[in-house]
Amino acid sequence: MNDMTPVKATTPKDWETDQEVRWCPGCGDYAILKAVQRTMPEIGGTPENTVFISGIGCSSRFPYYMETYGFHTIHGRAPAVATGVKLANPDLDVWIITGDGDALSIGGNHTMHLLRRNLDCQIMLFNNEIYGLTKGQYSPTSRVGTNSPSTPYGSVDRPATPCAFALGSGARFVARGFDVSKNLPEVLKAAHAHRGAAFIEIFQNCIVYNKDVFEDFAAPKGADGHQLWLRNGEPMLFGSEKSGGTKGIALDNVGLTLKVVDVVDGDWQSAGVIIHDVTNRSLAHMLVEMPFGEFPMALGVLYDDPRPTFNDAVIAQNESASSGKSPDLGKLLAKGQTWTVAEGHPEI
Amino acid sequence: MRPAYPPIVFLTLQCAANGIRRKGNKVTIKDGLERMATAFKDEQMSGHTPVHSDAVVVRFAGDSGDGMQLTGGQFTLSSALAGNDFATFPDFPAEIRAPIGTLFGVSAFQINFGSSAIDTAGDQPDVLIAMNPAALKTNVGSLREGGLIIADTGEFNQRNLDKAKYATNPFEDGSLAKWQVLAFDISALTLEAVKPFGMGNKDALRCKNMWTLGLALWMFDRDRQPIIDWLNAKFAKNQVLADANIAALNAGHAYGETAELAGPLKQYHVDAAPAPAGLYRTVTGAESISFGLVAGAQLAGLKMFFGGYPITPASAILHHLSRLKEYGITTFQAEDEIAAICSAIGASYAGQLGVTSSSGPGIALKGEAMGLAIMTELPLVIVNSQRGGPSTGLPTKTEQSDLYQAVYGRNGDAPMPVIAARSPVDCFDCAVEAVRIAVEYMTPVMLLTDGYIANAAEPWLVPDLEEYKPFPVEFLESVPEDGFKPYSRDHKLKRPWVKPGTPGLLHRIGGIEKEVDTGHINYAPANHQAMTDIRSAKVNGVADSIPDQIVEQGAAGAKLAVVGWGSTYGPIKQAVRRKRAEGVDVAHVHIRHIWPMPKNMAELLKSFDKIIVPEMNTGQLKTILRDQFLVDAQPVNKVSGQPFTIAEIEAAIGSAL
Repeated sequence: MNDMTPVKATTPKDWETDQEVRWCPGCGDYAILKAVQRTMPEIGGTPENTVFISGIGCSSRFPYYMETYGFHTIHGRAPAVATGVKLANPDLDVWIITGDGDALSIGGNHTMHLLRRNLDCQIMLFNNEIYGLTKGQYSPTSRVGTNSPSTPYGSVDRPATPCAFALGSGARFVARGFDVSKNLPEVLKAAHAHRGAAFIEIFQNCIVYNKDVFEDFAAPKGADGHQLWLRNGEPMLFGSEKSGGTKGIALDNVGLTLKVVDVVDGDWQSAGVIIHDVTNRSLAHMLVEMPFGEFPMALGVLYDDPRPTFNDAVIAQNESASSGKSPDLGKLLAKGQTWTVAEGHPEI
Repeated sequence: MRPAYPPIVFLTLQCAANGIRRKGNKVTIKDGLERMATAFKDEQMSGHTPVHSDAVVVRFAGDSGDGMQLTGGQFTLSSALAGNDFATFPDFPAEIRAPIGTLFGVSAFQINFGSSAIDTAGDQPDVLIAMNPAALKTNVGSLREGGLIIADTGEFNQRNLDKAKYATNPFEDGSLAKWQVLAFDISALTLEAVKPFGMGNKDALRCKNMWTLGLALWMFDRDRQPIIDWLNAKFAKNQVLADANIAALNAGHAYGETAELAGPLKQYHVDAAPAPAGLYRTVTGAESISFGLVAGAQLAGLKMFFGGYPITPASAILHHLSRLKEYGITTFQAEDEIAAICSAIGASYAGQLGVTSSSGPGIALKGEAMGLAIMTELPLVIVNSQRGGPSTGLPTKTEQSDLYQAVYGRNGDAPMPVIAARSPVDCFDCAVEAVRIAVEYMTPVMLLTDGYIANAAEPWLVPDLEEYKPFPVEFLESVPEDGFKPYSRDHKLKRPWVKPGTPGLLHRIGGIEKEVDTGHINYAPANHQAMTDIRSAKVNGVADSIPDQIVEQGAAGAKLAVVGWGSTYGPIKQAVRRKRAEGVDVAHVHIRHIWPMPKNMAELLKSFDKIIVPEMNTGQLKTILRDQFLVDAQPVNKVSGQPFTIAEIEAAIGSAL
């Protein structure tokens, strides 16, 4: 048996570039960058086999700050570029960095098809519900009534729900986190462990154009009452004495909807609290649509049920279609209905 | 392979070439099996005196469901097997199944075959085979005076006459007097021929095209066996269909023989064309491009990634390459045109040869991504099979109106090499050349063809691949002595190509302006000036690697130069040849390398007294020539969705002098 070449362990520092980070001071992107740089050593990543591919927007500057291969592409098209990269070299660990405008507005089509095809990659969607780099216009995830330079009287169109979009597009892994959450590396690790397209929505605070829009659930104060961290095989519990008691998510058997129930003395079973099953697609559909306010914000891995990947299927078909054939272009050109003009035939 | 010719009657059909004009003589026969039409009553023809023919132009026209493209394709093959040179022009509607019998639903296939070099599909058909009134009405106008109409009277009922907007039956109202007419009930003859196979009426009538092909094969003394083989292969899973079609083919052929015995219908013979010895095949532009891309990738030592999105008339390239996976080709039908090019850019970034293909509207969508490939200096081949525009335009008709788009059509100063193929065969070499430039200069390259080239077929002397010089790509795999800089350059100003996965060469690229050498983000004024200059100089430098512009016919210093590009090659060549035969001092220059142009172009163009530029657009190459060389290039334009005729170019030469 051969000895495996030991993989040189990396530290977060190894994943930092010499480039000056150009996000606004206090931007949530800093925290996400740190979380990723902390995660990479833990997943055993090697910088040269890792590619970060982004579109356009504040988030999409991300690759410049990762000491890996990186491609800052054009607005909305990172999934398309990533598809070519992964099909050309499936050994690369491909991470797509995108934003709410990049992934759901101009690039919505590519996001949908990448998820549908199930390309093996991680898609980190930084959702700040605003266009930051173009100075604050409302985005496809902005809430109705958002005042912005392009909507001085408030936006009137209903926002998209990124995780619902992902699930509807056929995603086999859907997760949520937020920029300053200590759980973010754990979510990223789960995404990386999933073979196939792993979609991660990361709520990100744009401190300049959409400050604190996620404070309702992201603020440390009262967080346990507002955040439902989902863990496979564990009951969906949130809250504590501090936040007004332990609560759980149960199924309303009559309306076939989710409901919040009180958990008395830790007896979640009798309260009917659901045990999270990351492979339950119906449950995932309910969780992504669970309205915040009435419910806590569902965070963590909402859904994780792998299927064969697009890249594997393409390569398998390339191989099976090629097997037993010896590629000889000369012969191919001479194949089919041909004829020969003999020597001595008059030439033009 | 050539069949031995039986003693037959030769008849000249192509009269334009030798000045013979034949008076038409119409005899109409409405129906019946034994009723025969008239053929030619030619003063030149007496008994069995053979009259050799240089070339014949035949047009098959019918409803889009009548299988005319298939018929034409097989007739083309038989022309090839007979040793004729040929050029074809498929002309079909954008509608897949237009309502039956309508004028806009007519599908036509024209072939010009001859015993000398054929460069165009022919100005005017000599024979028109019209399967219904609509086909007759839309095509008869281009038929040479005195030419032959073969028509299926079975389809000339009141309903179809109404659909074709014929107030009266053209066979009865004298409107076809200037042509010869062979009108008989092909439908009934076909039904009779396939009766033993017990097919329904509708299915049986679908064999009409093979009946007609059988007659055409007889008319031009062609061997039926290759077509029979083809039918057996095509309908291998349905022997009844194969047998019925073969029976129809044989019946059409037998009909010709019988008719000849009866007197009026004659058989024609076109000698084999002189040609260099070797193995030949037919090839369409789309096939030729596909093969050329494969060859180019092999010469570069690369795997190929092809990202495409279906669009007429470019889809055929995607179809062809999808069947060639064993050549290291991955094909990807993307969700849209933008994803198609972006995936190809991604594949190039990862170290394969990225290729994408489309037609005008799709190319427009790819514009921003081309800029990305220019900025990131990655190799990429973009094939544009042009069609009539703007917008959706004329999807199935040909035009050359994307030259501005190719040369100028991107945001920013975004120089990109552009080359143009002149014919289906030429597509092969142009595709190889596009790949060479892309990898030798780390740049996207646009390869222009058009709907005419993409669909048309011509004989191809199968190339010896050993004669193509390889241009193997060398990836940078370790840190150079003076350190690694992603945007450092060699003497050609090419930056290194590094595959992700290579240790020690980690770097980031993107569409934001790059710092000279390091490739870091840099917005500084002097840096943008420097990078813009470098990108421009790099593309201009491609001229160092291309041959001088040659003069196809005539010489530098002629009184008039006809300067063309792309698929106008055939008509320009023939028109200049004819004019030169008349003693006119005219030269033909045909440009493959549109951007940058060959280095001798300025001197060459300035040597001519006058320059005309025939183009299937409103004067785009003309503009570039004036812009680049300050020459008084005069436009000759046609934007009808149809190729130039030789006569049109001849007339333009005449009026320019």
